[in-house]
Amino acid sequence: MALFNLTINGKSHQVDLDPNTPILWVLRDHLDLVGTKFGCGIAQCGACTIHLDGIAVRACQLPVSAIEDSQITTIEGLSKDGDHPLQQAWIAHDVPQCGYCQAGQIMTAAALLKENPSPSDTDIENAMNGNICRCGTYTRIKAAIKTASKSA
Amino acid sequence: MLSFSWLVGCKPTPEDILTMPKEWFELNSYIKIGENGAVTLFNPNPEFGSNVKTSLPMILADELDVDWKNVFVEQADFYPERFDRQFTGGSQGIRQGWMPLRTAGATARQLIVNAAAQTWNVPATEITTSAGMVEHKASGKKAGYGEMASLAGTLEAPDPEIVKLKEISDFKIIGTSKKNVDGTKIVTGKPLFSLDHKVEGMKYAAIVQPPAFGMKLKSFDKSSVTSMPGIQDAFEVKIFKDDYGRNFFDTTTFPTIIAIVGNSTWEVMQAKKNLKAEWEKAPDSTFPMAGRGGQTMDIKVPGGLENSSTHKAKMAEYITKPGNVLRKDGDPEGAFKKAAKVLERTYTAPFLAHNTMEPMNAFADVKGDKAVIYGPTQAPELIRQTIASSLGLPIENIQINLARMGGGFGRRAYSHHLTEAALISQKIKAPVKMVYTREDDMSAGVYRPAYAATYRAALDENNNLLALHVKAGGIPESPIYANRFPAGAIDNYMAEGWQIESNITIGAFRAPRSNFIAGAEQSFLDELAEEMGKDPIEFRLELLKRAETNPVGENNDYDPKRYAGVLELVREKSNWSNTPSGISRGVSAYFCHNSYVAEVVDISIKDKQPVVENVYAAVDCGIVVNPDSAANMGEGAIIDGIGNAFYGEMAFENGAPTKRNFDTYRMIRHKEAPKKIEVHFVQNNEDPTGLGEPLFPPVFAALGNSLYKATGKRLYEQPFQPQLLEMENLRM
Repeated sequence: MALFNLTINGKSHQVDLDPNTPILWVLRDHLDLVGTKFGCGIAQCGACTIHLDGIAVRACQLPVSAIEDSQITTIEGLSKDGDHPLQQAWIAHDVPQCGYCQAGQIMTAAALLKENPSPSDTDIENAMNGNICRCGTYTRIKAAIKTASKSA
Repeated sequence: MLSFSWLVGCKPTPEDILTMPKEWFELNSYIKIGENGAVTLFNPNPEFGSNVKTSLPMILADELDVDWKNVFVEQADFYPERFDRQFTGGSQGIRQGWMPLRTAGATARQLIVNAAAQTWNVPATEITTSAGMVEHKASGKKAGYGEMASLAGTLEAPDPEIVKLKEISDFKIIGTSKKNVDGTKIVTGKPLFSLDHKVEGMKYAAIVQPPAFGMKLKSFDKSSVTSMPGIQDAFEVKIFKDDYGRNFFDTTTFPTIIAIVGNSTWEVMQAKKNLKAEWEKAPDSTFPMAGRGGQTMDIKVPGGLENSSTHKAKMAEYITKPGNVLRKDGDPEGAFKKAAKVLERTYTAPFLAHNTMEPMNAFADVKGDKAVIYGPTQAPELIRQTIASSLGLPIENIQINLARMGGGFGRRAYSHHLTEAALISQKIKAPVKMVYTREDDMSAGVYRPAYAATYRAALDENNNLLALHVKAGGIPESPIYANRFPAGAIDNYMAEGWQIESNITIGAFRAPRSNFIAGAEQSFLDELAEEMGKDPIEFRLELLKRAETNPVGENNDYDPKRYAGVLELVREKSNWSNTPSGISRGVSAYFCHNSYVAEVVDISIKDKQPVVENVYAAVDCGIVVNPDSAANMGEGAIIDGIGNAFYGEMAFENGAPTKRNFDTYRMIRHKEAPKKIEVHFVQNNEDPTGLGEPLFPPVFAALGNSLYKATGKRLYEQPFQPQLLEMENLRM
C-alpha cells in the first residue's frame, strides 16, 4: 500500500492503495466514479477509456503508480453539464442501445477530435477501432462523431 | 403550466424546469401523476438495450393522452403483484405489452375523465382529453391532469372492458421517434448498471470456476488467498439444493464454484490468481428438472472432456444417418429417385459465446430472512423461485430489483449469477457485489449450440424443383422449424432432425435455432436459384406465391403475403437489379419471432478485403412504436450477424474453452461495420411484433451470398474468415 495524489476532473484526491491497482478500479471502487467501465481487463474493448493529459488511455491497464502528476479526465469530467459536442451529438443521433460501452466510445472520440477536428471516415474507424460495441451502434457512433466535428 | 423535458439532451432553461410535484397520485401500477401535471410512467420490463424503457412508456403515454415532454420514466422492480409480465426476451416485449399497456394508459385516462366529470358535475361522456388537458367543451371548463389526479387516484378503477382505446390514426406518440430516456445518463457516465452499485459496508466477491466443462471442484486451499491483502474469506458456493427441481432458465455450467470475498474488486481479482485448487473429472450425472404438476424428471449431464475436433467428427457422422422425421409432404423419396439432378449442400456453424459487454455480476444484500438482489436479469420471475429455494427463504421475502443490463442477447435469462451473489451475501452476512472477469464470463458456457444442416433439392430435366429435403441437427439440439418456409411451397418436402448429447451448456442466443438455419436455408435457396437460372428474389417470390394460392399441407407457420412483401420492399429499396459498379450483392429473407425481414448486403473488395458497403433491410413488424429506435435495433442486429458470420466461434480442448477474452475471441469492430445501413419498415396497421431478433438470422446468408458473387466461392462453414483468408484473391 502507498499514498497517491491524483488530479481527476480538476479535483485532488488522495488514495492509499496497492501501487499496482489499475486506475480503473481506483475510480470505480474508491472514488465513486463509475462512468468508466470494466469490459475485459486487458485493454481489448475500450470500455475503460479515460484521458491522461488529454490522451486516450485504457484505465484497466494503467497502474495508479504510473499516474504521478498527470491530469485524469473521466466521462464525468468531459463537460460540466453533458454539453460536450460529442455528448450532444450522441443524443441527437440516439446512439446508445445498452449503453455500457458508450462512455469509453465518447472518451476515445473526444481525444480524436482534439487532435484531429475534422476526421475522415477512415480516421474515425482507425481511432475508434479499439472500442467494441456489442450492440452494434458503430454506424451511429460514426455519424455522431461527424456531427460533433462540424459543430465544434 | 411549467414543463420541460430533461429527456432531450439540451440544457433546460430556467422557465423550462419542472419542479418535482409536492405529491404523486398513483392511478395504477404503471402511472403516477403529480399535482403540477408531471407524469411518472413505470417501464415494467428489464432493459438490455432494445429500448423497452422508452417504447413501453410511449404506449402508456399515448393512451393516457399526455404530452411526452412531461413524462419521467422509472424502471419498475420485480413486483409480480403489480405487473403482469416482466420478462425481456424472444422479441416479445412490445408485442405482449401492446394491449395491456394501452389498456393501462386508457384506464388511467378514464379515471382522470371520471374525476373531471365528478368535479364539474357533468357527464363523463361529454369530456375530452388532449395532451394532459381535460376539457368539457360545452361549458368551457378546462383543467390539467394534475388538478384532477388527486381525486382520480381515489376513484374505483373503470371496467377495462368498457375503456376506449385510441384509433390508430389518433396516436400522437406511438409512431414518432422519441429519444432514449436514459440517453443523457449514459453519455454523462451516471451509475446505471448493477456493476455501478455500491452501499455502505459492501464487500466484493470474485468467483473461481472449474477450468473445463466436465470437471468439478475436488478441494481448495483457503489459506492460499485469505492471507492476501484485503481478503476476508473464500468458500464453496453450491447453487442448488440437491432436491431442487430446476427450471428452464436455471442452466448453470458449474453448480459449485468458489467465492473469494474481500474489500475491493482488484483485491479479489488478484486473489483469484493465487487460489490453489484441485479439480477432478466429473462423472456422468443427473439433476432434477421441474416438470408439470410439481414432478421432476432427471436430466443427464454426460461426463468427459470434449473437444471441438470430436464435435465436428460426430456431427459429420450424424449428417449421414437418418434423423427424426419432423415433417413430410408428398413423396420426397420418390421425387429424389426420379430426379434428373440433385443438389446437396451441407452447412455448419460453431458454438458462440454471447459476450455481453458488461460481464456477469450481481449485488445482493441478505439480512436475516429477507433478501434484496439487484442485477442484470431478463427473467426475474423464475430466478426468484431458485433463490428462495437455495437461500431457504420464503419467496415473498426475495426482492429482485431490475438493473439496466449491459447487453443480454439471451444470456441474462440464465440468472445463476443472481443466485451466486445471494448465497455469498447470506454466508458473509453483509451486502456483496460479485463480479465475473471477462475470462469467467466467456468460459461460463450457456453458449449458442453448434449446428449442421444438409439441404437437398431434386430437379427434373427442365430444372423444375421436384422436392426439397433438409436434415439438420446440432450439439445438443436440432435447429429445424418444420413448418416454416419453404415448407408449404413445395409439393414434396421432408424435414429431419437429430441431436448429439454433450456437457457443453447452451442457452437462447439471439433468435435461437433461426440464427443458424436461416443462414443455411437462404444460402441453399440462393444456390438453387442459380442452378435453376432464376433471379434469387424472383425464385423466393414464386415459392411464396405457391404457398399463398395453393399451399402444401396445413400448418404453414408464416403469412406468404407479408413474407413476399418484405422481399418486394427490399428489392425496391436496394434497386436490386441495378447493382452499382464494384459491388457484389446477396439477398436473404426470414420470418421469426413474428416479424418478416428481407436483407440485401452489398460488398466491395478493397485491398483484397471484403468491405460491407451497404445493407438494406425491409421489415414487417406491424406498427412501429419508436421508428428511430427500431432502426437502431435493426442496425445492431445486422452488425451482430455480420460479426458472428465472419468471426464468431467458441472452441474446446479437453473440455476447456480455448478462447477467454477479446484477444482470442474476435468481435466485429468499427472498421468492419457496414458503411451504411438502411432499415425500411412496411407501413401497415398490424399489431406490433418484435425486432430484437428478426434482423439477425437473415444477414448470415445475405453476406454469404454477396461473398459468393465477389469471390466465386460459396461458403458453407462459419465463421467465414478462415476460408476467406485461404482464398488466393482475398486476404482478410
